[in-house]
Amino acid sequence: MSPTARLRGRKGETVPLAPGIALAFDDVGKTFSDGTDALRGVSLTVADGEFVTVVGPSGSGKSTLLRIASGLTEPSSGTVAVGPKAPGYVFQDPTLLPWRTVEGNVGLFAQLDRVPKKRRRELVAAAISLTELEGFERHRPTALSGGMRMRVSLARALTVRPSLFLFDEPFGAVDEITRQRLGEEVQRLHARERFAGVFVTHSVVEAVWLASRVVVLSARPGRVLAQVDVPFAYPRPADLRFDAAFGDVARTVSAALQESFT
Amino acid sequence: MTATARAPLAAPAAESPRQHGRLRRTARGAGPPLAVLAAVVGVWYAVTYLALAPRRRFLLPPPHEVVTDGFGDWTTFHETLRGLGATAKVALVGLAIAAALGMIFAVLMSQAGWVERSFYPWAVALQTIPILAIVPLIGFWLGYGFWSRTVVCVLVALFPIITNTLFGLQSTDAQQHDLFTLRQAGRWARLVHLEFPSALPAVFTGLRISAGLSVIGAIVGDFFFRQGQPGIGSLIDDYTQRLQSAPLFAAIMVSSLFGLALFWLFGLAARIAVGAWDTPRRRS
Ligand SMILES: Nc1ncnc2c1ncn2[C@@H]1O[C@H](COP(=O)(O)OP(=O)(O)OP(=O)(O)O)[C@@H](O)[C@H]1O
Ligand SMILES: [Mg+2]
Repeated sequence: MSPTARLRGRKGETVPLAPGIALAFDDVGKTFSDGTDALRGVSLTVADGEFVTVVGPSGSGKSTLLRIASGLTEPSSGTVAVGPKAPGYVFQDPTLLPWRTVEGNVGLFAQLDRVPKKRRRELVAAAISLTELEGFERHRPTALSGGMRMRVSLARALTVRPSLFLFDEPFGAVDEITRQRLGEEVQRLHARERFAGVFVTHSVVEAVWLASRVVVLSARPGRVLAQVDVPFAYPRPADLRFDAAFGDVARTVSAALQESFT
Repeated sequence: MTATARAPLAAPAAESPRQHGRLRRTARGAGPPLAVLAAVVGVWYAVTYLALAPRRRFLLPPPHEVVTDGFGDWTTFHETLRGLGATAKVALVGLAIAAALGMIFAVLMSQAGWVERSFYPWAVALQTIPILAIVPLIGFWLGYGFWSRTVVCVLVALFPIITNTLFGLQSTDAQQHDLFTLRQAGRWARLVHLEFPSALPAVFTGLRISAGLSVIGAIVGDFFFRQGQPGIGSLIDDYTQRLQSAPLFAAIMVSSLFGLALFWLFGLAARIAVGAWDTPRRRS
């Protein structure tokens, strides 16, 4: 990552991003123009290659947090430092272009990045096979189920090679088994590409299984209630989640989450 | 579908239910309008024979007379068709110019706020000018032939194309824009890959409205500009002057049919271009 990075929050100013850091929130707050207080005093650091998951009640500002990290939303207070490269981002909604086929949607980013056609085709085919969408290349989004649309969105994000990857509940609309498989796929991808990941989920088990650290947000306005370190080494087997030690960590996260509702 | 002997135990629904359904749907769709047509023809006959004295029957000749005298008499009908051809040419050329100009203007307005702010009020003003009032002026400037007629069509057809295209371009989904923002896409990529495709359904709505207006504009033009091949509008005027009601009715019907055909054609084009993804309005 480049040593200088954009700093958002104070307009136009740039600060050096501390070495080894992919994303740094310092005392970030967000109040929307309609007065909604979404985030307050959030400080959070994600190191290069670290995979962090975020849990919190609905409306606690998780999506807002990711939007600020990506630069799509400006924070109202505090400072944000991220690398200059565009992050990978899977939105909470699939956000597909309805006039494009599955193939066309998956290839959108590569096309916008002006990746040569041949290479683009390879990237698209690889992403489609990774998300198990083979056979649906020529389908339009309207002809897909909700879970399949989400996989198309995931596949599209997988065609870029970012150093920071943001996932906003990417498996929300996917069945349990596929969810598990896609989780393994994300972990494999992470092991290979070594990007820094921020992954929002509502599932405590998924949060613990994927992350080296789980961030628990409070109810709105979102604050960081707890950060729970997850000590297990990667790659993690699927049945790690049935281990007693895993259960202990999950219980800690769950307890913090309970607190967030009170 | 070929009718085959049905196996005694086979469920009737198993036999190509889709084609059955489509036939039935077509029948159900065409039935009511046809019934209305029959009723209108019935009322027509009633008015002609019961309400009008024989002396005044020329005001509304019976339907079969319109068919025999209007469509059946080849010299008259040929004249009508040639008139329609001239008018159709004007309407289509005018529509094409309006479509090109309208889309270019809409794209410029969507790309630069100042273009929209400076020109949109004038586009609205153009819409409110009573076209009949400026038609003579157009003739005065441009003569009484093809181009004057075409300009009238462009003037009446331009506005719906501008507004609909602009509306389409500006109502693109904000989240889809975010995708492009994330990849730092330029204006052109945004326009070509996002705004224009997403505006296409609205563009077709505008084209459909303008097609109808352009036909009206061409017929209005015919009334005023009579140089060269007479359009169907001039024929309608002539037949009225000469009290030739059967050809008059035939000419009116032919021009209405042309308008309908154009409307249908753009509906078809829209279905081909965006039907595969535009949210279907009706689902069986
Ligand atoms: N553009 C906006 N304008 C006004 N309020 C907004 C906007 N975006 C989000 N909010 C509000 O900010 C709060 C946090 O929203 P956000 O989408 O970040 O929550 P979330 O934690 O992602 O919730 P969920 O788990 O349901 O996805 C909510 O109360 C929401 O209504
Ligand atoms: Mg959210």
